Parts: sequence; C-alpha cells; structure tokens
Amino acid sequence: MAKPQIVKFKFPQCWNDMPLGPSAEAGILTESNAGWRVQRPVIDHGKCTKCLMCWVLCPEGVIDKEPEKLEIDMNYCKGCGLCAHECPKGAVTMIREGDFHDR
Amino acid sequence: MIDKADGSQRDFLNGDEAVAYGAKLCRPHVIPVYPITPQTIVVERISEFIANGHMEGEYIHVESEHSAMCAAMGASLVGARAFTATSSQGLAYMHEMLHYVSGSRFPIVMMNANRTLAAPWNIFGDQRDSLAQRDTGWIQVYVENAQEALDMIIQAYAIAENDGVYTPVMVNLDGYVNTHTYELVTIPAQSEVDEFLPPFKSKNAIDFDAPRSFCISASTEWNMEFRYQQYEAMNRAIPVIEETDKRFGEKFGRYYGGLVEEYRCEGAEVVLVGMGSVTGTARIVVDKLKDQGLKVGLVKLRFYRPFPSEYFKKLSARVKAIGIIDRDLSFGYEGAVASDIKAALLSSGVCPKVINYIAGIAGRDITKEHLEGMYQKLFNRIKGQDEPELQFIGMRW
Amino acid sequence: MVNARKMTDTEYLYGHKACPGCGLGTIGRLTLKILGKRTIVTLPASCMSTVTTQYPQMNYTVPSLTMAFAGTGAVLTGMSAGLKAQGITDVNVLGFAGDGGTADIGLQALSGAVERGDDFIYICYDNEAYMNTGVQRSSLTPIGANTTNSPAGTASYGEKKPKKNLFEIMIAHRIPYAATASSAYPYDFMNKIEKLKGIKGPRFVHIMCPCPTGWGFASDRTVEIGKLAVETGLWYLAEYENGKVKMSQVPKTLKPVEEYLKGQRRFRHLTEENIKLIRENRDREWELIREKWFS
Repeated sequence: MAKPQIVKFKFPQCWNDMPLGPSAEAGILTESNAGWRVQRPVIDHGKCTKCLMCWVLCPEGVIDKEPEKLEIDMNYCKGCGLCAHECPKGAVTMIREGDFHDR
Repeated sequence: MIDKADGSQRDFLNGDEAVAYGAKLCRPHVIPVYPITPQTIVVERISEFIANGHMEGEYIHVESEHSAMCAAMGASLVGARAFTATSSQGLAYMHEMLHYVSGSRFPIVMMNANRTLAAPWNIFGDQRDSLAQRDTGWIQVYVENAQEALDMIIQAYAIAENDGVYTPVMVNLDGYVNTHTYELVTIPAQSEVDEFLPPFKSKNAIDFDAPRSFCISASTEWNMEFRYQQYEAMNRAIPVIEETDKRFGEKFGRYYGGLVEEYRCEGAEVVLVGMGSVTGTARIVVDKLKDQGLKVGLVKLRFYRPFPSEYFKKLSARVKAIGIIDRDLSFGYEGAVASDIKAALLSSGVCPKVINYIAGIAGRDITKEHLEGMYQKLFNRIKGQDEPELQFIGMRW
Repeated sequence: MVNARKMTDTEYLYGHKACPGCGLGTIGRLTLKILGKRTIVTLPASCMSTVTTQYPQMNYTVPSLTMAFAGTGAVLTGMSAGLKAQGITDVNVLGFAGDGGTADIGLQALSGAVERGDDFIYICYDNEAYMNTGVQRSSLTPIGANTTNSPAGTASYGEKKPKKNLFEIMIAHRIPYAATASSAYPYDFMNKIEKLKGIKGPRFVHIMCPCPTGWGFASDRTVEIGKLAVETGLWYLAEYENGKVKMSQVPKTLKPVEEYLKGQRRFRHLTEENIKLIRENRDREWELIREKWFS
C-alpha cells in the first residue's frame, strides 16, 4: 500500500499483549485528520498538467499521482491550501467545507 | 601473565584492568566511552586491546558521558551489544539517559567507578554517585575486589540480556580502593565465556521487515502500564541473578551468593551490612571478633537494585542489631542503604536495633578499628545503652 | 536531477499531526522517498517527534527512535557504529532535529559526531524557535522576531541576536557535505538529498522550515514566505563539498527586507529603526558571503 490506511487498533488486553518496552508498530494510523479542515482543495483536471508541484509540496502527502487524474485522500487533507496557492496553472481551488454534503 | 592449562590466565591486575578484560571477553560491538578518573584505565586498556587487534568492536571517542549513553542506546537499538563506563560527575551528567535507557529496556552494561560528587571536588571513592541514581531503573551490583569486578561484567550481560529482564546493569567498583588496587585475578578463557554468554540476539531492536517506532510518547492512559512492565522486569531479575551466579559458579568455580552473601552469620547477634570493598576489610574483623567469642556476622549487600527485601525481612528475626554502613548520605535524612533496609525490616513486624554508620566519604578510609567500633556500638545498643541511630565514623571532631 | 514523475508513490511519513501548511511534513516525506525504506529516523524532542509518535499512532513507516533532546548526534553515532560492527550495510542513519535540538542543546553532540566522522545524515529543520513548547526563542531565531520568551514590548523589540551560523560551524569541522536549503525550494532540497545519499561520513543539511503557527501567516503561504526569505537575502541556499562552498541560487538583487517581514505576525511590531537593523545585518552578512564564496 503506497499510503498507510486507518486501522482499528487493537489495544493490549492483558500484560502479555504489551510490547517489550515503549515501542509500537510503525505506520499505524488510528485516526483521520479530516476534522481539521475548514476548506478542501478541488482540482480542475482540465487545467491540471500533472506538473506534480502540488504532490511535491503537500506536507501531508495526500495527493496520489498514480491514477490518470490526481486524487486527494480526504481522510488526511488538512486544507492548508498550499496546493491551491502554488499551482502554476491555478487548477486547484479551495472550497469551504460547508459547501460539501458528503459528511 | 600466566597461561593456565584450561585456557584461562592469571595476572596481577587492578580493578579497572579487570573490568577491561571482562568487557573484552563479552565481545561488545560498540564501546562509547568518555574518560573520567578513576575509570580512565578501563578506557585506556580497552582502546589498547583494540589498537593491538586483541579485541574487535567499534570504540567511540564520545565527547561527553551523556553522549556515551546516547551512543550506547543507539547501538543497542540496532541490535549491537554495548558497553560503557563512567564515574561520579559523568554518571550525573548522563542521568537523563539512565532513565531513558531503562525505560526503553535496552540491556546495556556499564561499569561505574564509585567516586564522590562535587562540590567540593574530590576524586576518591564513596557511593554517593551511584546511590543517587537509585531510582533510574538500573540493576546495581557492588563488587568487593578485582576478580568479582571481572566476573560481574560477564554476569551482567547474562542478566541484562535475559528474555524476561531486558534491564540495563551497572557494575560498581569503589574508586581507587578497587579500581587502582592490584590483585591476582583469573581471566577466564574466551571460549568458556562464549559458552556462558552467547552472542546477543536482541528482542528490542529495529527490523526493516517489521518496522517499529521506539521510545514513543505514551499518554496518561497507557504510560503507567509501561512503567509497571519495567517494575515487573526488575522483579523477574531476582531469580535470574541467583540462577546466573550459580551457573557462573558451576562453570568458572566462583559463586558470589546471588543478591546477598552472608559471612559467618550463624549464631550472630549483631551484623554489619556493607556494599563494595569495605566488606573485604570487614571479613577480617569478623574473624578476629569471632575468635574472641563475640557473636558477630557480616552481610555483604551485592545487589542494591533489585533490593533483596525478602532477605532482610528474614534477617530481622535472626539478629538483635544491624549496623548499616553507608558510603553516602541523603541530606535531610540518612544513608540511602539504611532507609531501604529499615523499610524492609518494618514489613517483617520484628524490629532489631539499627544504627546507620555514615563512613568512607570521599575516600576516607574505613579501618579495621572503625569496624570493630561499629560492632561494639551495636552491642551497646542491645544492652540498652544510648547510641545515636545515625553516626558519622572517622571524623576529626 | 530528481524528477517527481519517477519518484516513488510510497509515503513513509503520513497522517501526522503537524500544523496545516508546516514545512516539516514536506521535508520528512521527500527525504524518505529519496533515501528509501532502509532508513532509521531519529527524532529528538521537537515538533517532528511530538506529531508523529503518539502511542499507538505511528506516522513513520520506517523504524524510528524518539530521542532525548540533547543527544541526536550521539545516538546517530551509536547506530552507525552498531551497524558497522555487525557488518550491516546499506542503511541510512538519519536524524531530523529542530533548530533548538541542533544549535542549542544538541550542538555538542552534533559537533562530536561530525568530528568523529561517523556515517549519518543530519537534517536540521529550522522553524526559528522552540515551536513545540510554545514558540520560545532559540539561537536560530532571527533579529526582531517576537517569541514568547523574547517578546516585543515597550522596552524591547523582540529577539536581539542574529541567527547562529550553523552552516559555517559545520564547514569549520571540514564535514564531507553540508548544505542550506528551504522547504520552499523542494527541488533544490531533493537534489541535495539525492547527492548526499552517495557520500560517506557525516552529512548535514540546514533547511528553513517556515512555521505558519509560530511566525504568524496563513497556512497556504508557507512557500511564498520561504521564497521571500531567500529573495530578500535573509536566508541563502548553498552547498559545501570538497572544501568549497557553492551558492545554489543567488538573487540578482536582494529584495527589500520589508517584503519578507511584513507578511508575518512575529515581525508586526518592528519600527523603522528595527527594520534598519535587520537590513544592515543582512547587508553585512552578504558582504561576507560575497567575499568568501563568490568565485
């Protein structure tokens, strides 16, 4: 998997379940950051040239460059707006969360 | 140096050199170490072994003791066996890392040359440095002589790396009295040590195929459970310490008694409890007093942590008075060892008389006469005479 | 030259709790994509460790160690030696430390590790204050910045000292490779990481990481602010290798410092006199840069 996914973490139920020392399995995600957003990026794929500047700059790494059209993992986008601000083609717009009905 | 038929050697070594040989025999991968009197000979000898091809391992000239423990931890994290050594100011400097290493359960072994802490400055021996680190979660053993020093380095790794333990171990030598005094020491054969102490296969190291994050933040909801595990591990060390010592005795012919060694305590009415080199002197005093018909005995407290509380509970029913020699002092109260022993006695329900002797600070000699005097005061106490519960020994006025 | 199209899709740092727009996410992601999964990351107490290793959520997918504040350089040494002693090769030993954990409390350990010549990569991500504990000043806080323990008030204009010159400190150690970079110039940064990947010994990158929360600007302006820092000459991009310094980019003319300062809440209080101080310091530094490093 290119990006870690959220898992339902199974907390230790007894002493034998505890790890040896304070360590934990790497790459475990237990919560979404979606609730941080007040706005979300929307890509106009007509204008997008897949220059990948947004993919490079995104502090969260939520942009997926594999598919033909860039996709954004909305579980972890914090809505910072860097992609929209830096897109050389103006292909990304930040839309307020209240204008979406998928929550 | 005399080579023996069984592959061991016999030589005239001081405590520091014995530790260096002990470390060499354990084949540490990484030795990050910073010099400080009176540990410097350990540092120098190990670097000579490596420079002459007698020892493999990465010797790191760290720039401070704090960095020495950081580097030892980094090495242990990648699965390497790490050894370091320090004393006094250096031990205090790495205090933060002592907690860090024990909390993260890395089985590092460190030799500490017991030396007093400044201010005022002094390079000679007392146990204030290591006793101030009592609560850092390290197993602590105090040796009597150079042979025991060498042997305990080897045993320390066996204890630390035990699957149920994974707790770091500090091997303490009295500064100058142990570190710089020459004695005849048997250096075991490398092949024998290899059989006793197999190569380190860490259960707490990185694995690229199953990556983990180490020394993570644990919230209020989970932190106490991690701490409890540490507590349990230290308790599990108790049978491991006993078993390791027995196993060592069977293989190398030297058994030290586990957590505690009793010397001629049969029928004793009063005993002295000591840690480290003072017990060597005390044996001679016990022999002399017993020849005079006095019912005395000596308790050599070897492991300060984990504390042998069960032993002291049982001791309380057998003797009338206990004198506890503390080469340290917790200002505002009493000697650390005395506090811990008294707490154990209390839970037994039987309370012998106790006198806490503060002695041997900053290298002040604890003489045979002092020790005889300590026994005398204990007898006075039993007779109902007034003896203060805390007494400084060997003062000018 | 790094090409985004050819870079791996795998995210080695994902889902972390850094502030929106923070440069550290970009820095962490891109570094690990270039170094790959056989990398051990060390993070001292800092934003980077706090936002990535809160049990049980672990945002690195490579092995990581959260470390005591002062010891990053030393633990990198230990790891490097431990791997070498066991004959384990082809592992990147990487430290991500903040400006405080590098230039202040961590400087001794870093200096020792570089002097010993151990094999590791050290990236100092510089957000110019102890951001994790609430924006207290560090030795890399620039002149005039308002921080919570060097605040601007009626008797003070904020931080009085210029940034400690970490790049030159590393050069003084004759380190095999050192560079300055910025999260606002990701390709410049990535090319530097790509280059240092193949070099043995200690390698150091001092990367400016603009902080929307601590510096006081909107989260989408991180790159804009980072670029202004370089364009006004208050930060520079350079490399040190084989005994020589090479500037990565030099603005033809340095923009007025006001353009950089005015966009940030931490500089809002500055008077003309304060700004003059900043300008003069900048001019003095560039005089030295031109003298030393322009061939």
